[in-house]
Amino acid sequence: MRGFLLNRLSQSLALLVIVSIIGFVILSLIPGGPLSQYARDPSMTQQDMERLAEQLGLNRPLWIQYFDWVWRLVQGDWGRSFRDGTSVLAVIGRHIFATLLLMGTSTVIAIAIGTWIGIRGATHRYSMFDYLATIGAMVALSIPTFWFGLVGIYVFSLQLGWVPAGNMYTIGDGSVLNYLHHLILPSVVLSLVHVAVWSRYMRTATLDAISQDFVKTARAKGLSERRILLKHVVGNALLPMITLAGVQLPSILTGALVTETVFTWPGMGRLFLDSLGYSDYPVVMGLLIFSAILVILGNLIADIAVAIVDPRIRLG
Amino acid sequence: MTALAVTTAPSRWWHNRAVHRFISHRLALLGLTMITLLTLACVLGPYLLPYDSLHIDLRARFAPPMTGHHYLGTDPLGRDLAARLLMAGRISLLVGFSAMLLSIVIGTLVGVVAGYRGGWIGAVLMRTVDGFLSFPSIFLVLALAAALRPSPIMITVIIAVTKWMEVARIVEAEVRSLREREFVQAGRMLGLSGTHIMFREILPNAMGPIIVAASLTVARAILLEAYISFLGFGIQPPLPSWGNMLNGAQKYLASAPWLAIIPGAAITIAVTSFNFIGDGLRDALDVRDDHI
Repeated sequence: MRGFLLNRLSQSLALLVIVSIIGFVILSLIPGGPLSQYARDPSMTQQDMERLAEQLGLNRPLWIQYFDWVWRLVQGDWGRSFRDGTSVLAVIGRHIFATLLLMGTSTVIAIAIGTWIGIRGATHRYSMFDYLATIGAMVALSIPTFWFGLVGIYVFSLQLGWVPAGNMYTIGDGSVLNYLHHLILPSVVLSLVHVAVWSRYMRTATLDAISQDFVKTARAKGLSERRILLKHVVGNALLPMITLAGVQLPSILTGALVTETVFTWPGMGRLFLDSLGYSDYPVVMGLLIFSAILVILGNLIADIAVAIVDPRIRLG
Repeated sequence: MTALAVTTAPSRWWHNRAVHRFISHRLALLGLTMITLLTLACVLGPYLLPYDSLHIDLRARFAPPMTGHHYLGTDPLGRDLAARLLMAGRISLLVGFSAMLLSIVIGTLVGVVAGYRGGWIGAVLMRTVDGFLSFPSIFLVLALAAALRPSPIMITVIIAVTKWMEVARIVEAEVRSLREREFVQAGRMLGLSGTHIMFREILPNAMGPIIVAASLTVARAILLEAYISFLGFGIQPPLPSWGNMLNGAQKYLASAPWLAIIPGAAITIAVTSFNFIGDGLRDALDVRDDHI
């Protein structure tokens, strides 16, 4: 177990280093550099610009800037936002709850519906339901999330008026119900693609489990079909799904970025786009690293969870 | 005499079993029909429509679909939506298709080398692939698009750079399974060079999965272009693309919903078609993989 963890952590660390270097180089490519916002201000003189570059350490060679940034990062100082001078970790901290709430809710929805569709598709193989589910999954994977969001807003909030068109809560009303009301549409929109993915994988996993010998044994013992399905098939089919949940994390994060934009949801995705628009590089770099850490941790937790649940897997 | 005639009878492509299976796959045929019609419309349509895609007519702003000769209505500047949709289709389909070609080339190169050479070269290459697959690349893509001048060519390259990993993984697995087959051993025994064996002997036998991956990659590339352009970092106006047509549409969702609904429907139809075609090809070429 310890060997496995060390191995995984060292690989993840190498990936983090590569990603941070790429991010650093990309951001230095942007025309005008990190000070482009200030350059547009007519009252900034050349001297002011130079003093600012000196203060922020931007006049040093790129690799020294990088090592300096890494050194501070390790010490917990992720830099300060160019926009208002607050620390990057505080800015991310203000936005992480919204993103995790959205991602968590839609993952739960996707797992619940996707698992059901997948199991039903496998037990009723080649039925009308299975056929429609297969086509439905392919279409669902083809719909751009932002367009599904826009159509959802048009139908359910502008035409029917059932749910709000955006934001996480009504100002002045922070009740749980109000949050839930705002959460319904974005989380359903975000979950669509993942329902499709989950149902396909769950169908394959269930079919695999059904053809195993222990199912024959269970039948031979005279257990009811329902009991076999719930106790023997589904349990085994769900195991690979834990890994899938980890693998799906980057794609959920991508979807969250777009969904947050459409629904003016105050999460990390919108923060990233805003910061990119303002050339707020400390925040952009911070989010890049933070999202990578989030995904790596998610995959690690999924792997450990599988090892705990499945006694056949011995890590190390 | 007759026996000779039989063996030398030219085998025609429509006698091929794979072609036959593809044609009998109804969804794939539907996809192929839709994408052919869509491509034809995008190529020929702009010449047949009465309006130019850049013609601004402020008296005809926000015309709903089917007003006069504005079959799909007009946008906030009074430009004909049908003309813009078809011009945008040219860009979106071209970017999607070129990005697919580029990522197939990169992915195949990496996959073949990693699969055939194996050892530490293969391990390093495939670990890199795994690493980048497990990373939320949208953040890097957007930063890259913001940094570089987002011309259609640049966007194509950026999309290809993030989509080759899946191809590499598929090709690597296929090549690894072919590496120890008799025809490869025979090639080695004949003293053929590694490059010759990799690209002239193994690659033609690994084309099935690559063709399937190609069709699915077009679908993903079109989607990614739409995402980037929707967020404002992709194809820049006045050049229209399906993604950037949706960029400003949210503001007018209540008053002019067709501005959002129509381009999104075009994206969905194109991507669905390529996914259907990919599914049909997978059945026809007998490619087994656990991906969707």
